Amino acid sequence: MTSQTIRRTPLYDSMLKAGGRMVDFHGWELPVQFSGILQEHRAVRSDCGIFDVSHMGQVFITGADAHALVQKLNANDIKTVPGKGVYSHVLNEHGGLVDDVIPFCLSNERFLVVVNSATTDKDFAWFKKHSAGMNASVENASDRYGMIALQGPKAPQLMAELWPDAVKLPRFWITETKIHGEGGFICRTGYTGEDGCEIIAPPSAIVKVWDELLSRGKKYGIAPCGLGSRDTLRLEAGYLLYGSDVDDDHTTLEANYGWVLKPNKGEFIGKEAVLKQKKEGIRRKLTGIVLEQGGVPRPGCAVWRGGEKIGELCSATFSPVLGRGIGVGYLVPPDLKEGEPLSVEIHSRKIPARTAKVPFYANKV
Amino acid sequence: MYTPEKCKYTKTHEWACIENGVAAVGITDYAQHEISDIVFVELPKPGANIRQGERCAVIESVKAASDFFAPVSGEVVEANSALAAEPALANQSPHEKGWFCKIKLSGDGGQAALMDYAAYQQFTASLKH
Repeated sequence: MTSQTIRRTPLYDSMLKAGGRMVDFHGWELPVQFSGILQEHRAVRSDCGIFDVSHMGQVFITGADAHALVQKLNANDIKTVPGKGVYSHVLNEHGGLVDDVIPFCLSNERFLVVVNSATTDKDFAWFKKHSAGMNASVENASDRYGMIALQGPKAPQLMAELWPDAVKLPRFWITETKIHGEGGFICRTGYTGEDGCEIIAPPSAIVKVWDELLSRGKKYGIAPCGLGSRDTLRLEAGYLLYGSDVDDDHTTLEANYGWVLKPNKGEFIGKEAVLKQKKEGIRRKLTGIVLEQGGVPRPGCAVWRGGEKIGELCSATFSPVLGRGIGVGYLVPPDLKEGEPLSVEIHSRKIPARTAKVPFYANKV
Repeated sequence: MYTPEKCKYTKTHEWACIENGVAAVGITDYAQHEISDIVFVELPKPGANIRQGERCAVIESVKAASDFFAPVSGEVVEANSALAAEPALANQSPHEKGWFCKIKLSGDGGQAALMDYAAYQQFTASLKH
């Protein structure tokens, strides 16, 4: 990748105004925190919080073959049920992840795929390449939209005031609607393990949504939240972070996300590799660990079983809910029982830990 | 309370409050704000001999690990067990309940190399952009 200037989202000024501590996140200038990661984390677990997630990408797939293309690209089964979305993996021929995405069916011939920010260009090129010969057009609309995540147990109350129809939708559904007079979407999705929604709207509208949520959300204890709490929340909730936990070389089965795979739905890219790996078994598996005593594990920390190094953590942090260090890493063997005693090497010291069930938090959705 | 005006400072944002040849040491308000959300501290053990400028404690926030460099040389005579049990004290009360340890100075402990309060204030002001 060539070096490029840092990008700002439509909410950049709103972030500064709210006291965001800005950092460079994969080429985007985004807030790592406002009041503090712990405070923001707790606000989302007990009240509600809002995040600027405008760096996420939006790709539209339209045309008579749109559904066929979406099915070819996804390992999960994407149904032609307008309004329905589903968490899915886009695989390469080896079963590795091109990305983890959420495709939404807007109509039988129109789909919106929400993709990760760092992979937007790669995904777009991949989708485009595989659309060859099909009656389907692929459009990267990421620059036309901003995006906000509203998350927390009180998010539905706030949603009910602003978008009474969207709050009635089931988890992972989407509605296309006017937002401050402009065309946008409200999705019943999120990355925290809490109820809530994500709002996709053009730049000028998304700025108004941010202000509206902050002011109307005061009575619900709303907190502006940054990337720091976004990461602690998603890790507690057991969600994957593309680029850290999964990538082109790690498979859905290895990531312990086998439920995403629907090989009986028909053909899709990577299906042969999936079936082969299902038959042969996996050598390593993304496994959760919880520290038994103080210390904060970080990505890259070695995991030991007795005197044998059995893997490294790919995501790790302090869990505000558990009050302990948590992490996930690809461990060998892949069939460690829950509660298996291990240790994690932190600052050259081995800290006792155990394997743990993922998610670490009892997700509310 | 180790009143900020009474303390001496390092460029790495530790303070030392010296009385009768013993220095209580900790991190400054500037440091706790920069580090944010301290969730674990690893303190030196009593009896340990430490040298000025050496790493003698580790501070873990949710986001990252930071080093604590000894502001003076000497022998650790006490570690703050309340801080070990409740690391957020270093955020909430950096100059009082959040002290790290007490060090019996060897000689003058190298305190001549430290800044006084006014100099440290000037120093932190120069860091802000």
